[in-house]
Amino acid sequence: MANTPDYSWPPMDQRKVIGQPYKRVDGPAKASGRAKYSSDYLSRDLLFGAYQTCPHAHARVLSVDTSEAESTKGVMAVHVAAPAGTEIQWAGAEIAAVAATSTEIAWDAVRKIKVQYEVLPHLVNETDLSKAGARAKAAGERLTGDPDKAFQEAEVTSEGHYGIPVINHVCLETHGSVTQWKGQGDDSQLQCWVSTQDVTHYAGSLAPNLKVPAANIHVRQDHVGGGFGSKFSPDAWGEVAARLSQKAGGRPVKLFLDRATDQKIAGNRPSAYGWIKIGGKRDGTITAWESRTWGTGGFTGGGSPPLPYIITGIPNQRMNHTAVSTNIGPSRAWRAPNNQQASYMTCGAVEDFAAKAGLDPLEVFKINARYTPEARRDTYLFHFDKAAELAGWKKLWHPRGESGPGPMKRGLGIGFNAWAGLGHQSQCRVTLHADGSVNVDIGTQDLGTGTRTIILQVAAETLGLPIGAIKLAIGSNDLPPDSASGGSTTVGGVSSSTRKASMNALAKLYELAAQTLGTTADQLEAAEGRIRVKGTPAKSITWQAACRRIPASGVISEIGETNPRNPMGLMAGGVAGVQMADVSVDIETGVVKVNRYVAVQDCGLIINPRLAESVCYGAISQGISTALYEQRFMDGQTGRMLNPNMEFYKLAGIGDIGDIVVHLDIRPENDKRGVVGLGEPPAVAICAAIGNAVANAIGVRVPNIPMTPEHVLAALEGRTV
Amino acid sequence: MRGVGIGGGALGTGLLEKNAGAGTTPASVVGPGAVPITLHINGKPVTLTVEPRVTLSNALREHLGMTGSKRVCDRGTCGGCTVIMNGKTVYSCSVLAIDAQGKNIETIEGLAAPGQLHPISQAFWNNDGQQCGYCTSGFVMAMKGFLDEHPNPTVEEVKHGLGGNLCRCGAYMGIRKAAMEAAKAIQQGGKHG
Repeated sequence: MANTPDYSWPPMDQRKVIGQPYKRVDGPAKASGRAKYSSDYLSRDLLFGAYQTCPHAHARVLSVDTSEAESTKGVMAVHVAAPAGTEIQWAGAEIAAVAATSTEIAWDAVRKIKVQYEVLPHLVNETDLSKAGARAKAAGERLTGDPDKAFQEAEVTSEGHYGIPVINHVCLETHGSVTQWKGQGDDSQLQCWVSTQDVTHYAGSLAPNLKVPAANIHVRQDHVGGGFGSKFSPDAWGEVAARLSQKAGGRPVKLFLDRATDQKIAGNRPSAYGWIKIGGKRDGTITAWESRTWGTGGFTGGGSPPLPYIITGIPNQRMNHTAVSTNIGPSRAWRAPNNQQASYMTCGAVEDFAAKAGLDPLEVFKINARYTPEARRDTYLFHFDKAAELAGWKKLWHPRGESGPGPMKRGLGIGFNAWAGLGHQSQCRVTLHADGSVNVDIGTQDLGTGTRTIILQVAAETLGLPIGAIKLAIGSNDLPPDSASGGSTTVGGVSSSTRKASMNALAKLYELAAQTLGTTADQLEAAEGRIRVKGTPAKSITWQAACRRIPASGVISEIGETNPRNPMGLMAGGVAGVQMADVSVDIETGVVKVNRYVAVQDCGLIINPRLAESVCYGAISQGISTALYEQRFMDGQTGRMLNPNMEFYKLAGIGDIGDIVVHLDIRPENDKRGVVGLGEPPAVAICAAIGNAVANAIGVRVPNIPMTPEHVLAALEGRTV
Repeated sequence: MRGVGIGGGALGTGLLEKNAGAGTTPASVVGPGAVPITLHINGKPVTLTVEPRVTLSNALREHLGMTGSKRVCDRGTCGGCTVIMNGKTVYSCSVLAIDAQGKNIETIEGLAAPGQLHPISQAFWNNDGQQCGYCTSGFVMAMKGFLDEHPNPTVEEVKHGLGGNLCRCGAYMGIRKAAMEAAKAIQQGGKHG
């Protein structure tokens, strides 16, 4: 199309704002405590909500008596979420909620709700598949090539067990909202201050249940206190907050889950357990793969790790996966769903195969890179070497278990990752005013990844203005629609839409400026706060002078749209990455410590290297937490979670993560692919690298994540836990 | 596993030991209804009416609109609600508002004048010691308390000194750097001022 501007990114060496390590623009608000999260909302008429939840893992509700709660002074509304007859499938499920004039009264009141149950049999633990009975559903065998023959001909075979438990998201801001329902019927107007990864679609998800037009639901979020894949929808509590507000005569109701309930029901990553056998040649080439795996994603089953991970091209494979339905809170997406599990199992099995063959696992990973998807094969090979260089692999690696005398054993391990990315559907509106001021509006959200900052960088680069000259609005469904922040698609989506909207607005401004400059619009460019003639920078007018030509009665307001099916070279998907862990294990106490952690991360065009690195540091810190500490304990007798808190559900602290080294693979050939999201890829390989490093250090495989003293000592003593 | 049950965090603050004596005096019993109290927050007296069971955290957030401190774990583990009381960092979820009377309470709202940043907040920004930002206020106050006592720390001391705060996004690398930079900035500021 002749009139379509060339939206492509400016060449690497001509960028002024993109590629610069700007500090996050909302940093001062967050670091001074002035940033307002939805859970900080406070008004004179605010009511505080609380839930009574089910103590049983499987039960039928026989009766719910709310009379005493309703007559409690200060209680303004009561809503029964699970009336008599409801079958409950996990402990922590919401039974009834109240809204009261203070948090303390609300807590008192929910305790006064009397619920009778018929308790039913439950299953909450899936580690022993033989006890799952009818709750286990086999997915059927997947066969490639002739694994039986390949295993017969194999020069080396190895086998092992590997497992990752269900873990919790533990968003610091729990799930919930402040919701106000004013008016009735078609005149209903809802205002929702939310904690979500998807501002744009919140109203549409809530509307059908409330029978209120989505157009009448106004959603607002300035900041969100963590999501990690667990905050995509309004959830049941979004609807209940609205109903409580309606019953309370339209007063706003704050209904955020308490910490214990949040961990029980609002953030479970599926588990994965299994046995894997590998066969191959003495040089380390793998020829055969067999796996029997299982896992649970809660009541609906779910969660099947894509095996073998990345080295998908192994010619002979036999795989069986079984989904186990359990009475625990439903699974939610977690930063690269199923990939961590698959990476841990695959890399663990490869490491064990290398140890059995007496080979350096680095060489075994490299020789089997032939089985990785062709598009990123060279990248993996490059990354194995780069990571090895940064980790000091040649100097520090030793054959498995040959860690020298004394109780402290040091070891190195490898993990790898992949992710698709690309960019989500997004619309951006850029408005230029006659006084030269600029609005950029997108209905997106900033999860702490720096979305605000990178939008401003793209707009500033394109318009030739400083970042401070642009007013950005996000976090409302009154703004042009964006999409959910998931799948590492936000940066691709918003950067493309912002680029397009900015260029579309500029095209209109060029038409007005062309006359003054005695040239045509297509000869103009925006740079350094001026509109100037290409190739003749002296022939220019200031940005303000150009904007003064906008009629006082109007503005230039243009939309730019990202279509994931037509990335136009602005964004791409598909990244590789290799990580290496350097750990020390005390074989007397079983304590594992990370010394150093190296991540070499494939990427595309990096809009802000400081924020890109931060995302990698964060993903790895979170991964180290998973690898060493995180475990959800379910009591088989009562069916309850034993550690729904932040004290016994252990998370890594500032002293627990060692020193993390991030190397972003910024190269021209990667840059020219366009923008690629990084939220997920660096979060994948940590359990793999640490699990392998522990095996290398102590000489035996510790099958199950987390690498706690209990698991490490059991492996050293040949016990199973 | 660290600590025991609900008491672990409160014991860690040293509050229970201090208040053990006061608890034996029956004359100080108040409640159970709401009672007027006066808190000294950021150098100013503030009067409010709360039930005796209301925590300092809830008093700040839900009665006074001072929402810098966050309610996260609500049981003295994560440090999201950290404030400084009589010079000591405390988890405000584990202090009763009535017990905070007569004490000098510092919250993040009092660290810097509007539009300005305290050197610690500035260091968090400079070193990107934050992502979602929900833990940040608590970390800033914990760092303030830590640097007041350790004005010239090593990185190892930072790892121990800030071990009572948790960040789920994993901004620890930046927070470590922020601590070192803030320590320097505060010392230099002291010299100049």
